[in-house]
Parts: sequence; C-alpha cells; structure tokens
Amino acid sequence: MTDVYVVGVDMIKFGRFPDRSVPNIGAEAALMALDDCGLTIHDMQALYSGNLGQASAMVGQRILQEIGQTGIPVVNVANACATGATAFREGWASIKAGLYDTVLCVGVEQMGKGLLGGGGGGTGIPKEGLLGSGTMPAVFAEAGMEHANKFGTTFEQFAKVSVKNHHHSTLNPKAMYQIETPLDVVMNAEMISYPNTKLMCSVNVDGSAAAVLCSEAKVKELGLMDRAVKVRASVMSSDPWQERDLVMPDVNSCTRKAAKEAYEMAGLGPNDIDLVELHDCFATAEILHYENLGLCGDGEAGRMIDDGEVALGGRIPVNVSGGLLSKGHPLGATGIANIYEVTTHLRGEAGARQVEGARIGMTHVIGLGSACGIHILEKA
Amino acid sequence: MSDKPLPVVDFLKIPEDGDPYLEGHRCGECGATFLGERTVCSKCGARDQIKTVTLPTKGSLYAYSIVHRSFPGIDVPYISAVVDLEDGTAIKGNLINVEPDPDKIEFGMAVDVVFDDALGRKDKEGNSYLSYFFQPSAA
Repeated sequence: MTDVYVVGVDMIKFGRFPDRSVPNIGAEAALMALDDCGLTIHDMQALYSGNLGQASAMVGQRILQEIGQTGIPVVNVANACATGATAFREGWASIKAGLYDTVLCVGVEQMGKGLLGGGGGGTGIPKEGLLGSGTMPAVFAEAGMEHANKFGTTFEQFAKVSVKNHHHSTLNPKAMYQIETPLDVVMNAEMISYPNTKLMCSVNVDGSAAAVLCSEAKVKELGLMDRAVKVRASVMSSDPWQERDLVMPDVNSCTRKAAKEAYEMAGLGPNDIDLVELHDCFATAEILHYENLGLCGDGEAGRMIDDGEVALGGRIPVNVSGGLLSKGHPLGATGIANIYEVTTHLRGEAGARQVEGARIGMTHVIGLGSACGIHILEKA
Repeated sequence: MSDKPLPVVDFLKIPEDGDPYLEGHRCGECGATFLGERTVCSKCGARDQIKTVTLPTKGSLYAYSIVHRSFPGIDVPYISAVVDLEDGTAIKGNLINVEPDPDKIEFGMAVDVVFDDALGRKDKEGNSYLSYFFQPSAA
C-alpha cells in the first residue's frame, strides 16, 4: 500500500464568529489548505468533512457549495471531539485503499458558550446534581482525581498544565488567546469543578482546519515532496471494557490501545517523538495522557510537569500550540488543527514556538464516549 | 400521580414491604456487573447469562469532584463521587454530609449507600422520587 502524505494544511485563527455559517467557516480553511499546496478544488477526488453540531445537515456538501461543486463524493463525519481526526483518517484510508490519490479533509465547528455534557435526559426528574455530575468539567475532574488517588497528583500540578499551555499560546498567532497566565491566576480563577478552575477548562471557540492528502506517487508527480509530511501511523480505537465504565467515561484505556498500535504501525517508540499535540480538553486530562501515550512511566506525570519536560524547550514539548486550553477547542476542527500544528513544526515554519529540529510528531484526540484518534507524522 | 415516591433510576428498587435497595445485573460468565437491565455482557459478549443481584450498601470513595458550577437551578457546591461498592461495582452519586472541601475528603474513605427524597425534585405530574446518596460510614 502507498504511503500517504499531507501536502497542504492550514487552520483559521480560532475565535467567535456568530454571524457566519458553519460551511462558510469550513470553506475558509479548505481554501487555505488548497493554497498551501497550490492545488484547487478541481484536483480533489473526495471530501471528508468533520462537524459535530450540524452532523445531520450535510456540512461537507455545503462547503463545496461555497468553494466549488465538482460532484466529488462527500463523507460527513461525526465522532464527538475525535470528529476532525476521524475525517482525516477516513481520507488517509481512502488513499491507502487505492480509491483516490488526492483528497481534502476539513474539520469545522461553531460552538455556543457554557458547560458541555450533563444534559441528563431520560425520564422523570433531572439527575444533574442529584446523582453526581455529568458536566464535562466534573467528569474530567473525576478522571484527574483518580490519578490523584493512585499517585498523589496535586491541584498545583494540574494547574501547571494550564500555565504551560497558556504560555505556549502567546507564541501562536492563530490561538484564541495570547495571554500569560501565571500559576496563582490559574489556581485562583473561578472553581468550576475541583480541581478544574475556569482557566483549566478548554475554550469554546469557533474554528476550522483542513488538510490535503496525496499518495506518494501523486506527491512526486506534483513535485510537492519538499514540504510534504508523511503519515507514519493513523490509528483509532473505541473504549475497551473497563470496570468503572458505567460511571466514569474512560479516556485512558482507549488512548493506551491506540498509542500502542500507532507506535507499532510507525515502527517507532515514544523516545522518537519530538513534539505532541494531545487532548487537553481539561488540565486534568493532559496529565493522564503523558502516561497513556508512554511519554513517561505510570505515576511520573506530576514530575513531568514539575520539571518542565513537556514545555517548549523541554525533553518532549506538549501542546506548543497552546492546546485546547488556550488555542481553543472547536470540537470538529480540533483533530485537523493538531495535524496543522505538528506539520508546521516538521516543516520548520512554526516561528517563535518552533520545536527545534523536529522530525517526528504525534497528534492525539479523545471523543468522550469514547473515540481515540492518534496520528504520527514525519518530515518527508 | 403516584401516592408513593418513584425510583430515581430503574436500578433503585422499592419493594412493597422492605427497604429500598440498588440492583445490579451480573454476567454469569465473567462476573461483570452492570447497572440497568440487559441481555448481553459488554465485557465478554456472553448472551442470556445476566442475573440480578442486590448491591451492597457499603463501599469506598474512589474519585470525586467538588462541583461549583452546574446548570441553572442546580444547587452548588456539591460533591460528585465515584464509589466502589464492596462487591467491586462502581457507582456514581452525590456524597453528602461531608464539607465540600478537598481537605475533608479522603480517597478510600468508607461510605454507606443511603436512600432519601430526591432533593425535593418532582416530575411534571408532581410525583416525588426516591434517590440514593453516599455518606461517610458511622465509625
């Protein structure tokens, strides 16, 4: 099977665009990704479109209605916060399978404000605040407190994740925020669900990102290998059965399973990875994934953040984009925005936040429920 | 409208005569326990092996969050808790009769499952509900 390459990729600056339509926001990133590799919509053989909020509203076709109705097949994808990564992986798989040699993948989301999750549902009376909490900040707080129970991880260590990612975002002009956020500010911000303060929750923003994928032969034919990035691994998993599944949505076992398979597919190990964009939907979650992705041993995540190993300039920089915590988290766009970030570093085009000498990077997302998507990318 | 409180979830059972209890559904093949009726085990895939069991009323605190921001009309703060019951079944609910302060909450602390009115919440028909809660075990 052919290798698959990212030849064009881009994201819009994340923000709030209540006056624009979802397809319009997605179309902007699609055009930017096409421009990044000098191709047009007429070169694309299929579109894989990821969006959650309008999952039943043909967002991919409406993107083409904005940028060129060429009649190509469109697949609309929804997979919670793994939506963008799933759209990307479907594009990758179509080239692997030999169906196409050039495809476009787009992820887009327009978010409201406020808490996600915990809607309750069912019959009778609302269960929120009666049978615990189903809000996302609380669910991920409990996942963090499971780590605290096992390893003694502290509120301060969780908060340091947010300090780091907010610092990184000051170097990323496409992040929602570029604001230094010291530890005392993070810890003293409004408590949402202990130990997650408001500044330890990802930012609800609107955004889009897109990528153009090609087969190896096509990249060579087009003369695009200079800035191309090879997809060394593309893996998805769902949540294998865990004893606390019914009450604690599990983000750990699906990540561990996908990471193991991704390293095997790439023929690489954690020590080969130069940077990671992982799913910091809440500060508590990032800590878990250092261990889940094998960046350190079990129980060492607290030390990783204390020692600065995951900061820009450290042993294995994590979320140098600013992460979901500060770059923002437009659900359907996030997976492809991660691909943009890692690709930009592998190309040596990341400016002030460049991870020096980066050759191999990893992206990771989790859609609660659960879907995990992991990609390993390498400079061609 | 029912003249007696209704169960807040279908795995809370209120017998005609006797105390309320929580019911689990256990796979006869692999022992996995579920909350709510089902016919197939999602751990091992076995079919038609699920038997009902009465869940224990004692357990220990596994994880929690102190919720300060919830949806409109929900009283905060409160403690959302994940408890491991004595038979290994995990269950989630409110931890009550403990200050919502991390210094007052210990992992592994022994808790009892207790039953009480569902914080005064009523459905559209005006029915009252019986809920379960966790509270620290009496020493």
